[in-house]
Amino acid sequence: MEPLSTLEIIGRCLWQLAPVWVALAVTFALSIRFQRRLGLYGKLFDNPVGMIGFALVMFWVYAAVFAGGFGWLVTHDTLSQFSGMKNVAPGTPLARAPEGAYPYFLLGGDNLARDVWSRMLVGAWEVIKIAPFATLFAFMVGITLGLPAGYYGGRLDLVLSFLANLILAFPVILLFYLLVTPEIVETGIPTYMAAVLFLFPIIFAVVLINSRFHTQPAKRNLYVALALIIGGWLYLGIAWNADPLGIIIFPAGLLVVFVSVVFVNAPSVFRIVRGLTMDIKTRDYVAAAQTRGEGPWYVMLWEILPNARGPLIVDFCLRIGYTTILLGTLGFFGLGLSPESPDWGSTINEGRKLLSSYLHPALAPAFALLSLVLGLNLLADGLREESLKD
Amino acid sequence: MALFILRRLGVMILTALCLTAVVFALTNLPPNLEKLAKTQGDMRMSDEDVVRWLDNRGYNRPMLVKYGEWLGLVPGYVINGTDGQLRGKCIPPGASAEGAPRYCGILQGDWGYSSRFKRNVDDILGERLALTGQLMLWVLIVMVPASLVVGIMAGMREGSKLDRGLSSFSIVTTSTPEYVSGVVFIAIFASSAVGLKWFNGSARSAMDQITFENFTLPVMTIALYGLGYIARMTRASMAEVMTAQYIRTARLKGVAFRQIVLRHALRNALIAPFTVIMLQFPWLLNGVVIVETLFQYKGFGSALVEAAGTNDIELLLGASVVSVFVVLVTQLISDIGYVYLNPRISVT
Repeated sequence: MEPLSTLEIIGRCLWQLAPVWVALAVTFALSIRFQRRLGLYGKLFDNPVGMIGFALVMFWVYAAVFAGGFGWLVTHDTLSQFSGMKNVAPGTPLARAPEGAYPYFLLGGDNLARDVWSRMLVGAWEVIKIAPFATLFAFMVGITLGLPAGYYGGRLDLVLSFLANLILAFPVILLFYLLVTPEIVETGIPTYMAAVLFLFPIIFAVVLINSRFHTQPAKRNLYVALALIIGGWLYLGIAWNADPLGIIIFPAGLLVVFVSVVFVNAPSVFRIVRGLTMDIKTRDYVAAAQTRGEGPWYVMLWEILPNARGPLIVDFCLRIGYTTILLGTLGFFGLGLSPESPDWGSTINEGRKLLSSYLHPALAPAFALLSLVLGLNLLADGLREESLKD
Repeated sequence: MALFILRRLGVMILTALCLTAVVFALTNLPPNLEKLAKTQGDMRMSDEDVVRWLDNRGYNRPMLVKYGEWLGLVPGYVINGTDGQLRGKCIPPGASAEGAPRYCGILQGDWGYSSRFKRNVDDILGERLALTGQLMLWVLIVMVPASLVVGIMAGMREGSKLDRGLSSFSIVTTSTPEYVSGVVFIAIFASSAVGLKWFNGSARSAMDQITFENFTLPVMTIALYGLGYIARMTRASMAEVMTAQYIRTARLKGVAFRQIVLRHALRNALIAPFTVIMLQFPWLLNGVVIVETLFQYKGFGSALVEAAGTNDIELLLGASVVSVFVVLVTQLISDIGYVYLNPRISVT
């Protein structure tokens, strides 16, 4: 068989991504149709920059879920090696193709004769399943600690700020090199860190519910119990890898990556939340709530936090991008994730060794990472512009 | 002002103490010590051998005592090993025990001995920092003027075509981490596959002699990631200044646009970027580690990577002291500079 021409490669790649295009089209059609009822999310579609960013992000989200979750889009298994396909150029037909296999390596083969296209798509899944959740956890920790630090001030603020600055003064890479090693996993430190860090989301949820519904004990008890059961189940599964139902499996190697990313991000979130709280607590509606006799946690969580949501949502998008970069850094230094993992950082690291003669194994994941982070940054920009408008 | 600086110095020392204690604790964990023993001794050591190796070198003692020794508050150990050799914290390898000082820690100016490079830590750090300093210097020479120019041009006419173009450029650079831009640059400018071969894909030769060929790519790689961020901050600050009353007054007086930008707007618009540039240093440190690995430049970053890879305790401690110092000093400078640049703010 003849190798594919550039146009044919592009055409086949686009065709292979068909489910993603359909999903994107449906998302955009629905969002624009119901735009006026969707609040800030709907306003995003008034903003071209935000729309481009959202499209890029959703492209990778759908690609990741379809490729990693359902096994669509990919043309070959990410680990299987094909003889004669080592470092081949994009569009090379498969030599001695097994029955029913996709006849081409669309983006070429890597150093171990694996399909670059499939690895790039499954690599997206590795990022999408860690980055947003790690960022969310970092936000929970940062918010739970930043609100009281900003609201009460004084000694509590002094101690917490010192701790946050302490972590921020650590060069991220040194921290990763110290934390994300097999030796540290062996000592069980990541599990203890996870045990502490992942308590915060549960505390956050319980305090949130309690401060709102403590005047209606029946409702409060029901919601708090629900939060405790679901939170406790996730907590056992994620932090201790001891899910009684056996649904959540969280290997120690993944946990250490997750924990260190949360650990690095939480202090910055803390500082932002603290600053916003100090600003907002001087407003009249906070004074009104205090005069009404609301408890401090009600004021913090139901008066201050909702009014700080604009900058926090923007920072959330930016921070997912930053977390993606951090995960890539970990992969680039070969920390945490297994060397065979198709995640973008590890693949770039593998590919860079042969960069002088073969470009495609490193460039495909590099541009993938670039486009996802760019999408998140553009999305954050669009959100910032739209949230400043009202 | 003096009180403010003194207080900040106090916090700085406290931070450095806490951080080195954390690094010390992490590197002295049993599995890490085992790794150290195996990389220094023999990969196939039995468990008893490992324990004996660590005992002879004083590693199996309480953490606080060892940390005190490193600080220089506790007299250094002297252990007559099971292999008949006398070893001490303050006795350099190969030297005799006679005349060795009792205390040898950071307070006495002794940074320790690197197990990876078999040399004194302060020598290694000095040498490596000089190399990284050169890299940083060129990065700053390229990055700061470029980012300020981009930011000011974008911010002086908000919403114009020029602004859109430059803003898109900045946002692309902030989304390109060093390991992506470095790889792309090597692919375009240094690989035989594309064939331009303008620059070297490795900066190894730059350690002896910096040339345009071997230093352009590393410098560009680091500078580009920071450039976009500083440019965006400058743009925001410039755009804000351009809407100020005194700019309108100047315009109505009939001052030329060029003059308005250069004489009236620029000085006030540069206060915010100054802080941002200073606070970029910790990020540059990260970039340095990645770029030095990517371009095989044996500076501070690559020393850090190698030290961490072999659990070289004293070199890691030295490296963390240096990096904490860099982070905190730049913070201090940015705070003090801010006060000088903006007379409306005072530290007291």
